[in-house]
Amino acid sequence: MTASGSILGHAVLRREDPKILEGGARYFDDLPIDRMLHVVFVRSTIAHAEVTSVDTSEAVGMPGVVGVYAGDDLELEPIQGFVMLPPVFARPPFAKDRVRFVGDIVAAVVAETRAQAVDAAELVIVDYEPLPVVVDAEAALADGAELLFPEHGSNLAIEFDFGEDPTVLDGAEVVIKQTMVNQRVAAVPMEPNGIIAMSDGEGGLVCHVPTQNPHGLLQPIAAATGLDEDQIRVVAPAVGGGFGAKAGMYVEFAVAAKAALVLGRPVKWTETRSENMVAMTQGRAQVQHVEMGLKRDGTIVGVRVKIYADGGAYPTIGAFLPFLTRTMSQGVYAIPKVEFTSWSAATNTTPLAAYRGAGRPEATAFLERIIDIAADELGIDPVQIRKQNFIPPEAFPITTVTGANYDVGEYAKAIDEACRVAGYAELRAEQAARRERGDVLQLGIGVSAYVEVTAGGLFQEYGAIEVHDDGSVSATVGTSAHGQGHETAFAMIVQELLGIPMERVTVVQSDTALVPRGLGTMGSRSLQIGGSALYKASEGVLAKARQLAAHLLEANADDIVLTDDGRLGVAGVPSSALSWGELAVAAKSGDGVPAEIGESLPPGMEPALAYALDFNQGEATFPFGAHIAVVEIDTETGNVELLRHVAVDDCGRILNPMLVAGQQHGGIAQGVAQALWEGFAYDDDGNPLTANLMDYAMPSAAELPSFEASNTETPTPLNPLGAKGIGESGTIGSTPAVQNAVIDGLSHLGVRHLDMPLGSQRVWQAIRDARTSA
Amino acid sequence: MFPSRFDYVAATSVDEAIAAKGDGGDETRILAGGQSLLPMMKIRLANPSKLVDINGIPGLDVLERVNGHLRVGALVRHADMVASDLTFGAVESAAPWISDPLVRNRGTVCGSVSHCDPEGDWNSVLLATGADVVARGPSGERVIPIGDFVVDLFTNALNEDEMVTEIRIPVPSGRSGGAYLKLERKVGDYATVAVAAHLELGGGGVITKAGLALTSVAPHNLKVTDAEAALVGEMPSEALFAEAGELAAAASSPRDDVRGTAEWKRQVVRTFARRALATAAASAG
Ligand SMILES: Cc1cc2nc3c(=O)[nH]c(=O)nc-3n(C[C@H](O)[C@H](O)[C@H](O)COP(=O)(O)OP(=O)(O)OC[C@H]3O[C@@H](n4cnc5c(N)ncnc54)[C@H](O)[C@@H]3O)c2cc1C
Repeated sequence: MTASGSILGHAVLRREDPKILEGGARYFDDLPIDRMLHVVFVRSTIAHAEVTSVDTSEAVGMPGVVGVYAGDDLELEPIQGFVMLPPVFARPPFAKDRVRFVGDIVAAVVAETRAQAVDAAELVIVDYEPLPVVVDAEAALADGAELLFPEHGSNLAIEFDFGEDPTVLDGAEVVIKQTMVNQRVAAVPMEPNGIIAMSDGEGGLVCHVPTQNPHGLLQPIAAATGLDEDQIRVVAPAVGGGFGAKAGMYVEFAVAAKAALVLGRPVKWTETRSENMVAMTQGRAQVQHVEMGLKRDGTIVGVRVKIYADGGAYPTIGAFLPFLTRTMSQGVYAIPKVEFTSWSAATNTTPLAAYRGAGRPEATAFLERIIDIAADELGIDPVQIRKQNFIPPEAFPITTVTGANYDVGEYAKAIDEACRVAGYAELRAEQAARRERGDVLQLGIGVSAYVEVTAGGLFQEYGAIEVHDDGSVSATVGTSAHGQGHETAFAMIVQELLGIPMERVTVVQSDTALVPRGLGTMGSRSLQIGGSALYKASEGVLAKARQLAAHLLEANADDIVLTDDGRLGVAGVPSSALSWGELAVAAKSGDGVPAEIGESLPPGMEPALAYALDFNQGEATFPFGAHIAVVEIDTETGNVELLRHVAVDDCGRILNPMLVAGQQHGGIAQGVAQALWEGFAYDDDGNPLTANLMDYAMPSAAELPSFEASNTETPTPLNPLGAKGIGESGTIGSTPAVQNAVIDGLSHLGVRHLDMPLGSQRVWQAIRDARTSA
Repeated sequence: MFPSRFDYVAATSVDEAIAAKGDGGDETRILAGGQSLLPMMKIRLANPSKLVDINGIPGLDVLERVNGHLRVGALVRHADMVASDLTFGAVESAAPWISDPLVRNRGTVCGSVSHCDPEGDWNSVLLATGADVVARGPSGERVIPIGDFVVDLFTNALNEDEMVTEIRIPVPSGRSGGAYLKLERKVGDYATVAVAAHLELGGGGVITKAGLALTSVAPHNLKVTDAEAALVGEMPSEALFAEAGELAAAASSPRDDVRGTAEWKRQVVRTFARRALATAAASAG
C-alpha cells in the first residue's frame, strides 16, 4: 500500500491474528506471576434460602490453604450494580443472611494451588433454610410474591412508564395482539471470567482482568477495597470475548483484590465453564405483551407494549435495558404513536446485564414479529408491509416518537438488496411448490428490517497520537478491544492521515497506567468514537507537523504537503522534505536536546510531536439493515435447518470490509443461536437446567450455513469517518429473521406465533396442534 | 475441574491390567479414551480410587476383518472407525455421528460400549448388527452377546476383574444394508433420539435378518425385538417399515427433559425407524 492511495476501504488482514493463532497472545490466565495464590468460591446450590450457618473450620486446616473467608471477614462493601437502581439491590460479595440464586457466593477459599483450593472448598459446610422461589419476572411482581429483599417491600427494581395513551390504537381497522418471550441467554465468551490481583509494592493494586472496560473497574474496585482510584491499575490483557457480560464489575473481583491486599500475595480467580454459566451475567429475558393497530391496507397506526424484564437476583444494568428497548420501539417504521411501559423485577436467578445488542434486539424482535403476524393476517407480503411503513429517506434526520434522533436511513435500499441477493421471488415460488406438493420438507422464508442505536450514551473518548524519533507512532485510545481487531483498524486510520505505514503504528489501549481515561469497548462504539478520536488526534499532529516543517523549511504552513513517500515538504519541492522522525526530533523541548534543535520549535509551539483530545460525537448513530433467512422444516420431526442467511447491514462508511464481515458473521451466529437453540432455563425451584455446555445448546460453525453478508453504505454525518457501529447489528437483524422464517414455514398450517428457541420439539408440537385443531 | 485424588497404573499388558483392576475392587476403573470417565471425575460425579490406563498396551488397536467378523480392539478410537474402509452399513453410518473430532480422536468404541450410557451411539449399532463383546479376566476369555452385555443404565455384564479386549461385529456375506439416523441439537451433543437399522436380504429380496435398536429413549440402548420379528420374512415396503416404526415407538420409553417431551421423542423414533429401515433396504440394493 503506498502512502498516496487510501488504505481505507481495503480488507487489510488483522494484525492481531498471527499472535492469537500461534498461541502467542497472553490471556490473564497465562501470565507468569510468582507466588500466586488461587481463590475458589463456594457457591449456593439453592436458589433462595436463609443461610443459617457457614462452617469453614475443616477447610481452614486443609493442605495449602492460606485463607477462608465468608460473611464480613474481608470487610467488603456491597457492590451497587447500576446507579439508577435502589441501593437495596447492591450485592454483598459474600451472601450473608440469605442467598438469592444458584451461584451466589457464600465463601471463598484461597490456597497455594487451585487444586488445593477446590479440595478445601468442598469442605465448607453451609446450612440453608430454603425459602419460596421466584423465577419469573411477571410472577415476581404479582401480589403475594415471595420477596428477595423484604426491606424493599416489592421485587420491582425499576419501572419505565411514559404514560398511558388511550388513543394509541385509534383508527386501527385491525389490532394484532401477541405475548412473546424473548428468552434468557448466556453470554458464553470463549474465555470465561477471572482476575489476577496483586500488590503494586506501594500499597496499591495491579489487576489483570479480562474486561471490556479497564477504566470502568477503577471506581468499583476502589470502593470495595477502600483504596483510592489512583492506587489501582487495571490491565486487560488479551481477552477472549465479552459480548457485554465483561463490561462491568463482578463481586469476585472485589474478593480477589481484597484478599491480595490482606495476604500480600497475588491472588488469581479463574472461572470454570460450569461456574461461568451461573456466575456471569446473562442477557435478554423479557416477556413482551404487544399490540399493533393497522389499517386494512397495512398502514400502522400505533403500538402498545408492556414488558416484564427479568433483573435477576441483584438487579443491575439488565434491569435498566428496557429503557433502550423503548428507545427503539418505533424501529424503522413511521409509527405515529407508541405506548410503552416496562417493569423490571428481581428474581432468584443469575443477574441480567448487557448482552450483544442490550435492549435493542428485544425491540426489533417484537416489532418484526408483530408486523409479520399482521402481514399474515392481512394477506400482505412481509416485505411489502415493511416497505410501505418505512420512514422515508427524506425524513432524516428525524426524532422518533420515543425520542431517538435517527441520523440517516435508507431502509428500502437495504431490504431491496436483501431480496435481490436472496432471490426472494424465486424462494416464494419454491415455497409455494412445496406446499402444493405437500412435501415433508417445507420451506420458511423470514424477513426482518431493523434500526439500532450505537455508541448510545457513550459519546466521548480519549485519543492521542505521538510520533517518535524513529518515525514510529503511538496511538493511544480509551476503548479496549477484546477480539474486534482495533489494532488493525486504528493503525489504518493513522496511516491514512499521516502517511506512516500501519506497521509502524503501535496502538496503546487496555491499561489504565498507559491510557489516562476511557470508556471501553461496548455498544458498538469503538470505531466511531475511539477511531474518530484517533482521526482527530492524527489531524492535530499533522497540523502541528506542517507548522513545524514550515518553520524549519522557511515556508508557509499552507504549502506543506504530505509527500508520496510519507514525508512533509513544500509542494513541488520534494527534495527538501522532512521525515516524521526528523520532525519528531525537532519537536523536542530544549531539555537534553541539542540547542540548535531545541530552538527549532516555532514560537508558542508545545514541545513533542503529539496531540491528544477527547472526541465527542454528541449523539448516537443508528445503523440499519435487513436480513432474510431461509429454513427447511422436517414436518415429521420438527427439525429445522437454516439453509441460508442473507444479511445487508448498513454501518455507514466501511473502513475495513473484512473486520465488518467478521462482526456480521459472529453477530449473525449469536442471533441465529437465540432463534433456534439457546435458552437458559430454570425449574420452578430456581435450579438452572442448562448450566453447562452439554445442556445449553450453543451452536458452532457446523450447525450454520455460510452467511451471505453484505452492506449498503450510508455514511453518518456525525463523525469524520462516516462510520456507525457494526458489533451488534448481525445479532439484532438475524434473530427475528430466523424466528419469522420458521413460523412462515408453518403459517400455511395455521401457526401464527412460536416463542424461541425454535427447537425441533416446539416446532413439531405446533405442527401437530395445528393439524389436530384444523 | 479437578478430580479427587486417585492412584494410577499404566498397564503394559492385558494381564497386568486385569490384575491391577482385580486388586482395587469396584473403586478401580479402566481408563481408555477418558472421554466419559475424565469429565465425570472432573465434576466429581465419579471418584475412583484407582485408574488402570490401558493406552500403553500393545495390540489392542486391532481393527480387521477375520472369520466373517469385524474385530474392533479396545484401543480403536471412534476416529479410526470413521477413517476405516472395513466398516459397513450402520457401523459406517454411525461413526461420524459420535460427538466431534476432538472426542473421536481419543474416545474408544470399546470404552463407549463398556460405559453403557443409554445416550451412547455404539451400543445401538451393536444391538442392531448382533455383535459380541470379548471380555478377559484372570480365568481367561469369554464372549458375551451384546444383548447380554448391556444390563442397564451405566451397567454392563463384566465382572470386577474383567475388561473388554475387543468387540466382534458379524460382517454379512449377502445383500445387506444399514443406517444410523441421529437427531442432535448440535455437533458434539448426545443423541436426542437415534435409531440403528440393519437388514439382510435373501433371494427375491425378502428380509432374512433384521436389526433395529434405539438410543436415548430408554434406560439403556434398546433392541426392538418385536419390530425385528415383524420384518423378517417380509418384502421391504413403506408400509412394513411404517409398521416397524410404530413398534419401535411403542417399545421406547423416553422421558421429558431439556431436549424435549417424551411424546415428541416417540414421534422421532417412529419417523427415524421408518426412514432408517428404508435407507437400509435401499442400500442393500
Ligand atoms: C463432549 C462429548 C460429547 C460426546 N458425544 C458423544 C456422542 O455423541 N455419542 C457417543 O456415543 N458418545 C459421545 N461421547 C462419549 C464418547 O463416545 C466416549 O468416548 C465413550 O463414551 C467412552 O469411551 P472412552 O474410550 O473415552 O472411555 P473412558 O472414558 O476411558 O471410559 C468410560 C468407561 O468405560 C470403562 N472402560 C473403558 N474401556 C474399557 C474396557 N476396555 N473394558 C472395560 N471397561 C472399560 C471405564 O472404566 C469407564 O467406566 C461424548 C463425550 C464427550 C466428552
